[in-house]
Amino acid sequence: MSDATPAVQRPAPHGSRDSAFFWEGCRRGVLMGQRCADCGAWRHPPRPMCPHCQSVEREEVELSGRATLYSWAKPVHPPLPMFEPGYLIALVDLEEGQRMLSNLCDVSPEAIEIGMPLEVFFVETAEGGAVHQFRPRQAS
Amino acid sequence: MASSNGSNAAIVGTGQTEFSKSSGRSELQLACEAIKAALDDAGLTPADVDGMSTFTIDNNEDVDLVRSLGVENLRFSSRVGHGGGGSVGPLAHAMAAVDSGLADVVVCWRAMNERSEYRFGASKMSAVGGAPGAGTGFIEWSLPFGSASPAAWTAVQAQRYMHRYGVTNEDFGHVSVQLRKYASTNPNAWFYERPITLEDHQASRWIVEPIFRLLDCTQESDGGVAVVVTSLERARDLKQPPVRILHATQAVPFEFETVTNYYHEDLCSFDAGIACSRELYRRTGLGPRDIQVGMLYDHFTIAIYWHLEANGFCKQGEAADFVKDGHIAIDGTLPVSPNGGHIGEAYIHGMNNIAEAVRQVRGTAVNQVAAVENVLVSAGTSGAILSRAS
Ligand SMILES: [Zn+2]
Repeated sequence: MSDATPAVQRPAPHGSRDSAFFWEGCRRGVLMGQRCADCGAWRHPPRPMCPHCQSVEREEVELSGRATLYSWAKPVHPPLPMFEPGYLIALVDLEEGQRMLSNLCDVSPEAIEIGMPLEVFFVETAEGGAVHQFRPRQAS
Repeated sequence: MASSNGSNAAIVGTGQTEFSKSSGRSELQLACEAIKAALDDAGLTPADVDGMSTFTIDNNEDVDLVRSLGVENLRFSSRVGHGGGGSVGPLAHAMAAVDSGLADVVVCWRAMNERSEYRFGASKMSAVGGAPGAGTGFIEWSLPFGSASPAAWTAVQAQRYMHRYGVTNEDFGHVSVQLRKYASTNPNAWFYERPITLEDHQASRWIVEPIFRLLDCTQESDGGVAVVVTSLERARDLKQPPVRILHATQAVPFEFETVTNYYHEDLCSFDAGIACSRELYRRTGLGPRDIQVGMLYDHFTIAIYWHLEANGFCKQGEAADFVKDGHIAIDGTLPVSPNGGHIGEAYIHGMNNIAEAVRQVRGTAVNQVAAVENVLVSAGTSGAILSRAS
């Protein structure tokens, strides 16, 4: 993110009992994923039961943080006081297969290509929270 | 009881308030007025009502309606989630209640001051979800990223569709122009006598770039709409020709999410709409070519594409051309929302589209389509086919 910190901070995520591990991971600077401990299927958003084998046993695992861009948009109106004008929202597909909403940073709209490789980083929010962000990654 | 080929429930009355930006009265009054008007239309009284169904997001309580209208006893009452996508759900509940004998006369309504009391399309500023059942759990995963309004939530789905099929924002403009054309000859429409051109659409400001301009977004409206459902048998003794609910259904497919429906594999494929459409055609034995009018839920212009494709009116990826070639016009192969839809008439979250479906089947619409037998109402997580009673 740029140095111009908005006067009003980005709202903190408010997790549920089932998603607390995810946001706690963001505060530690780690992108966490939820995986079924029995059949190994990933899932997002988090939920208590595996939809494939109905197991409630689950693992909370650090993810690679690598993703590709699935879609994006630039909200213009109404402006939000806690976001710098020109900010981008993005849907990303994680290397592990889950899809999630985030922000796309450090790229101008003209340079965006759907499918472009991305990597995760984190920013602080109000109330001492943190959220995941994505920026272009050099394809390896 | 329901026959094997469709329900025996029918819509026998519709009622509505004026559609405005400032109703000047309570949401409860709007609901009362719309329901009373629907009962008058049917030739029934509040004492006949023994069932009610509405949306989880409607602020009116059944108990307040019972004691305002003078209902003697409700035997059936329900609410449907999923916001406007679920708007045909109350009709499905009413149908099931009537077919099963849980109730004899069910009113379905939606009434609100979404413009004057709160801005329904405004950005949400708290990352805390709403009440259970309000379908706002998705807020947790969108608001911290500045995706805070219906336009932003929908835009990322739309962008993927645009990317896949080479569709532009100007293509969307053809949807707005057509819906505003319909509204321009509908005296009840907010945009009565106010058609737009493609140039107007392209000159309207960006809401979410490069996807939605102002004229891609539906409006916010104050108003109420109600319909009355009873059995086909009882309908024969009432004032209006019955409009049969051939079938009505809900759909919540796997990995569906309300509003931010991002988690199924291909976001160009409208999973909920497809599930509704399959069930409607399976239960009725009808297909897209048996439908004369489509009442398709237009919260944004692109939604018309999604409904057209999900219901088989055109092939996947061909909706932009289908619209551009005039197929949704009054003389097209599938006239869509001849009341002007939400974009042109009013945004009563799908209920005004159900009322228009009834008028089209009765043959009393202002922009009447010729020889209507079946109207398909598609809202996303719910849908129905309404038909002439033979
Ligand atoms: Zn499993």
